[in-house]
Amino acid sequence: MASEAVAERRSAGHRLADLLHGRERLQVGALLAGPVGWLVIGYLGSLALLLVAAFWSVDPLSGATIKEFTLENFESLVNEPVYRDIVWRTVRTALLVTLTDAVIAFPIAFYMAKLASRRGKALLVIGILLPLWSSYLVKVYAWRTLLSANGAINWALDPIGLHGPGYGMTAVWLVMSYLWLPYMILPIYAGLERIPNSLISASEDLGASPFTTFRRVILPLSFPAVVAGSIFTFSLTLGDYITPRLVSNDQFIGNVIFSNVANNQPFAAALAIVPIVVTIAYLLVARRLGAFEHV
Amino acid sequence: MSRRDGNPARTAWLVVAGLVVFMLALAGCGGGSDTTAGGSSSEALQKLGKGEGEVSLISWAGYVEPGWTKPFEQKTGCKVNDKEAGTSDEMVELMKTGQYDGVSASGNATARLVAAGLVAPVNTDLVPNYKTVFSDLKDQPYNTFEGVNYGIPHGRGANLLMWNGNDVKPAPDSWNVMFDPKVAAKYKGKISVYDESSYIADAAMYLKFHQPELGIENPYELNEEQFNAAIDLLKEQSPNVGEYWSEAAKQISAFAGGDVTVGTTWQYQYFALKEEGVPVQASPASQGFLPKEGATGWSDTWMIAKDAKHPNCMYEWMNWIIEPKVNAEVAEWFGEAPAQELACKETANKNFCAEYHAEEPDFWKRVYYWETPLADCGNGEEDCMDYNDWVKAWTTIKG
Repeated sequence: MASEAVAERRSAGHRLADLLHGRERLQVGALLAGPVGWLVIGYLGSLALLLVAAFWSVDPLSGATIKEFTLENFESLVNEPVYRDIVWRTVRTALLVTLTDAVIAFPIAFYMAKLASRRGKALLVIGILLPLWSSYLVKVYAWRTLLSANGAINWALDPIGLHGPGYGMTAVWLVMSYLWLPYMILPIYAGLERIPNSLISASEDLGASPFTTFRRVILPLSFPAVVAGSIFTFSLTLGDYITPRLVSNDQFIGNVIFSNVANNQPFAAALAIVPIVVTIAYLLVARRLGAFEHV
Repeated sequence: MSRRDGNPARTAWLVVAGLVVFMLALAGCGGGSDTTAGGSSSEALQKLGKGEGEVSLISWAGYVEPGWTKPFEQKTGCKVNDKEAGTSDEMVELMKTGQYDGVSASGNATARLVAAGLVAPVNTDLVPNYKTVFSDLKDQPYNTFEGVNYGIPHGRGANLLMWNGNDVKPAPDSWNVMFDPKVAAKYKGKISVYDESSYIADAAMYLKFHQPELGIENPYELNEEQFNAAIDLLKEQSPNVGEYWSEAAKQISAFAGGDVTVGTTWQYQYFALKEEGVPVQASPASQGFLPKEGATGWSDTWMIAKDAKHPNCMYEWMNWIIEPKVNAEVAEWFGEAPAQELACKETANKNFCAEYHAEEPDFWKRVYYWETPLADCGNGEEDCMDYNDWVKAWTTIKG
């Protein structure tokens, strides 16, 4: 009995193997059916549904969705200056945070990739990854405490007669730059690691000054990595709404989505299209800059 | 590389274009509306049957606690499943899932729940303890619609004006410390404001007192002129605001860290800060008074879902929560006035009802319970600003 079942199972396995043998498309199809199905149905499908809702409206009292095509959500989005301000504030902060992180991350990544000993490298990688192990919310609250009127920053600056920034846009910029820094360091580090040291030596041998070597050799070769890292910092800042809420009174796109999502989903959906469009535009620019060439 | 380079981009554009077309088609063809007619068509339960063995509730934090659910489960055999919600919007959203039997709704959710047909009328004859509920909590606009009762009162309270006793002297007796530009300028950057559209009512309440010519009756029923006056007042206040808070924890840390010194708050934060040793003072619990304009507040109502799976257990719960002993326990635990008259004899602190003004209808006349702003505000015309207007205006105030 048992051996028969085994034989049957084996033969079923064999039949499957026979079926797949030499049929490359079928093999790939079977392998990808799950992930691609998830991507299309679960991921893009829900996104599409969200976006469809942007063209609907809502019954003001019951909050029920009225499924009739209308552009009124987009009209109020364009016509009311407050939303323009909020979008511009969000995009501006995202760019500023990206720039800050790039400037801070590059020297660290360079040191890690080219100068540090093996031990130092390991220590730095751990140091950079460690903050990612703790909860995002805890980190923002820690900054909230640091920045508060009686907090550590004011305590440290007080003796020299200075004041911390307190809560506000400066605080948002500081906290976001802190939060997303690892996402900038790691791609740049990986990019720099791939530049052979021989290229740098060659540049020196040919008489280039260190600055020229950096400008003509290292920067062009690592720039795609910087752009790749900037995609993380930019889109993460663009979508965040908890940091602005905890360390400032300023509204980001996400805050307005959040305050509308319970009662006016169509309007929230229309707002959600804004960061999607901005991100697509950013990705197109990044692609032009060569961010995807070596990945 | 270069040959394949052009294609992915084109493919990406095609995908985007396809998605857009698909979206537009879907949006256009949706057709119709799934707005349901009001809930008044559904009948209230006529006779109480045997318990179904469990009940699923949505509640404010602190309303459903083991102290009074355990004995309830023992007595009725109905196991309590509770889901806490943080805001009224969240409660409405949760009720839409249809998984819950009842909700402890504040007045800014009740009308929406009724209009969306999510809750059923309540037959108060099946709730024996209802007889001794304070009469000024019965048949109110936030729990009774077109003469039909939609819920059982749970308890009520006033939002507090709280200040740091070291920084704000003398003790304020008016909201002008937050609203009057001259007075508030003294606390510029140190004012703490509730971050929700319902706060517009606080400004309207202030205007009702200080600018009677606007003719504001109910701070939740505002025509365009009155509404704009309230919005202007809030925009004027905005530069003085140190922080808008929506989570209790955020406000507690701001008061404890010295970032704000005066603001509007709830009992929960006030007691938490006292416990931390922050020298906060507040009205009315500690001082025995409301600011002279009155205050906004809440009067919560247990409502039953229209298609409740466990209606008998839900009725048992609604009766249980206003049982004198239980209602006293809940009120003291949470820090609000009980809804049950007889609860005042059962409180551990014998002065509790006096401190919380539970038995003084005149006190509560100056408390404006949260309501849902509706376009129809009782004058036969649809000229009031509705909830969506409030939410959108709140975004513009914060800028």
